[in-house]
Amino acid sequence: MALPSYATRGERIWHYLFLSLCALIFLFLIGPLLVIIPLSFNAEPYFTFSKAMLQLDPAGYSLRWYEEFFTSPEWLNSIKNSFIVGIASTLLATVLGTIAALGLSSRHMPARGAIMALLISPMIVPLIISAAAMFFFFSKINLAQTYIGVVLAHTALGIPFVVITVTATLSSFDTTLIRAAHSLGANPTRTFFKVILPLVTPGVVSGALFAFITSFDEVVVVLFIAGPEQRTMPIQMWSGIREQISPTILAVATLLVVLSILLLTTLELLRRRNERLRGVTPG
Amino acid sequence: MSDSPSTPLTTADGVPLKVSLRRAVRQSKLKALLLVAPLLLFLIVAFLMPIGEMLWRSIDNPEVSSSLPRTVVALEQWDGESLPGEPVYAALAEDLKAGQKARSLGLLSSRLNYEMSGMRSAVMGTARRIELIEPPYREALIDINDAWGEIDTWRVIQRESSPYTLSYYLAAVDHQYSPSGDIVAVPDYLQIHGTLFWRTFWMSGVITFLTLLLGYPVAFLLANLPLRHSNLLMILVLLPFWTSLLVRTTTWIAILQSQGVLNDMMVALGVIADEARWQMIHNKTGTIIAMTHILLPFMILPLYSVMKTIPPSYMRAARSLGGRAFLSFRRVYFPLTLPGIAAGGILVFILSIGYYITPALVGGQSGRFITNYIAYHMQTSLNWGLAAAIASILLFVVIVFYLVFNRLVGVDKVKLG
Repeated sequence: MALPSYATRGERIWHYLFLSLCALIFLFLIGPLLVIIPLSFNAEPYFTFSKAMLQLDPAGYSLRWYEEFFTSPEWLNSIKNSFIVGIASTLLATVLGTIAALGLSSRHMPARGAIMALLISPMIVPLIISAAAMFFFFSKINLAQTYIGVVLAHTALGIPFVVITVTATLSSFDTTLIRAAHSLGANPTRTFFKVILPLVTPGVVSGALFAFITSFDEVVVVLFIAGPEQRTMPIQMWSGIREQISPTILAVATLLVVLSILLLTTLELLRRRNERLRGVTPG
Repeated sequence: MSDSPSTPLTTADGVPLKVSLRRAVRQSKLKALLLVAPLLLFLIVAFLMPIGEMLWRSIDNPEVSSSLPRTVVALEQWDGESLPGEPVYAALAEDLKAGQKARSLGLLSSRLNYEMSGMRSAVMGTARRIELIEPPYREALIDINDAWGEIDTWRVIQRESSPYTLSYYLAAVDHQYSPSGDIVAVPDYLQIHGTLFWRTFWMSGVITFLTLLLGYPVAFLLANLPLRHSNLLMILVLLPFWTSLLVRTTTWIAILQSQGVLNDMMVALGVIADEARWQMIHNKTGTIIAMTHILLPFMILPLYSVMKTIPPSYMRAARSLGGRAFLSFRRVYFPLTLPGIAAGGILVFILSIGYYITPALVGGQSGRFITNYIAYHMQTSLNWGLAAAIASILLFVVIVFYLVFNRLVGVDKVKLG
């Protein structure tokens, strides 16, 4: 994007205008996330910066909303529920999705396009429609308002992500590496653990992370099919925003932003490791 | 070469090569299918059967035929021109007696009330006094409630005795059956779904256009910077993408509300008076701003991956051939990015028309989508048939766009992160 030395004045002006425009758009993207972090340390029960905060007066800041979050049995219970549902559905989605991806990347898979479109569909169908449909069906078979029901629903929603990432990883898998390992004297078990697994794992793990975050962030389906016992964290936030709006929500939001930064970093590290193992160096 | 050219090639055990190859292919096909089978089965039970159940609910019409079985049989002979005879009334009295005993008339009365207002009280009020009445039933029933003395009541019951109905779909597009069985529009003040469908589509169009407007320059910048810098800037796109939807919606509430960050800032800067704070939330503006922000990464990522494949030498060539900057962009670069625009545009549009959470939280009354009405009919009005019909229409629209997307881009080309 560097400006060539022969650029005219008009081009220079245009270039800097363009860069400022991009800077503004980046601000629009990331600004809101940065605003809520200081707001969550507000000493007052408001959603805006108080005078004391703007003057950087320590009295204007406090950890009271974090304290409220970590001492409230409702919030803690909802976190526990979110982790139970998230981990169970991620495991199920990852196992089923990875096995299916192995089949899908076979050269002889019949009707691949149609099956792929079907497996991706839970990602495309609007959540409210899935939620209504699952409510009808799960109440009929007595799975509504149970943990099993919520886990099954979230597994279905997470599957497309696992299938997409794992098939993408497998499609770039170089099968001659297996033959190379054999020719160098490795037996099949050793080849699997030393060659195949390290190359495929990053894809599986990032698929699993996608599935987990899908479940961890999902409101609509839980809203429809879960009972009071299965109240997850997003539901707790949802009713918090709708009913009694308190900055505890902002504290939770900040914690979730931190969580997503951690996830993003993990994914980036996985991607780099993957490229390194394949011998692709980022340009 | 002892074999003559006509004998087929064989494997070591003497099986013709063709047969052996076919067998091997069949086996590997079977193996691939077996690997996919568990997931397919799972999705059929946990996803496709629910969708099927929903489609079924949108036309299912069991209430009249199961609650009034005798009346339905008796009405088969009725000509529909004058009030039915005593046997029909006797059958109705019998059915209501049985229903009152089994306490199963609630669903029937609401179902008939959707078709004709006043039917709920007619059914329930009559049922409460059904034990006391004596033949002749015709006079006795009309005495309890005038509705039984109107031909239209009987026409509705006769029409709705069919096990399937289209009336939920008609209601979903603001139409209904007139008592004589014609399809007519509902009165103006009840026309709500058409407005909402239309609003959902045009607002999603606006949101898609805004994400394109904001996403295009950013994707261009990311695609043309050295990888070291663009990777860093990419984090600014991916972080919101990875952040909880509720968190992003909450931040917009904090920023846009009338006592919020933006209004406070504007008042402090003297741009607006304290009494004249902007109303940016709980209306269309709020929905559009928040959803543009939330869906922007879905536009940037496909645009970026297309722009990444356009060699910079093309633009240089266009310039060196004498094209001015804008002309070269319009004639060379822009057409090459069209696949990215199509992919991002359809993706954002599909996601947008199905959004529920954000419009519900920041949309107020005027910024609601049709999805909010699905939830309303599911949870508040409890008209599940209507909710299923609206959802089925929306599902149909989404599937059409999905198929277009699949044809243009291919689902297997979808990249994440």
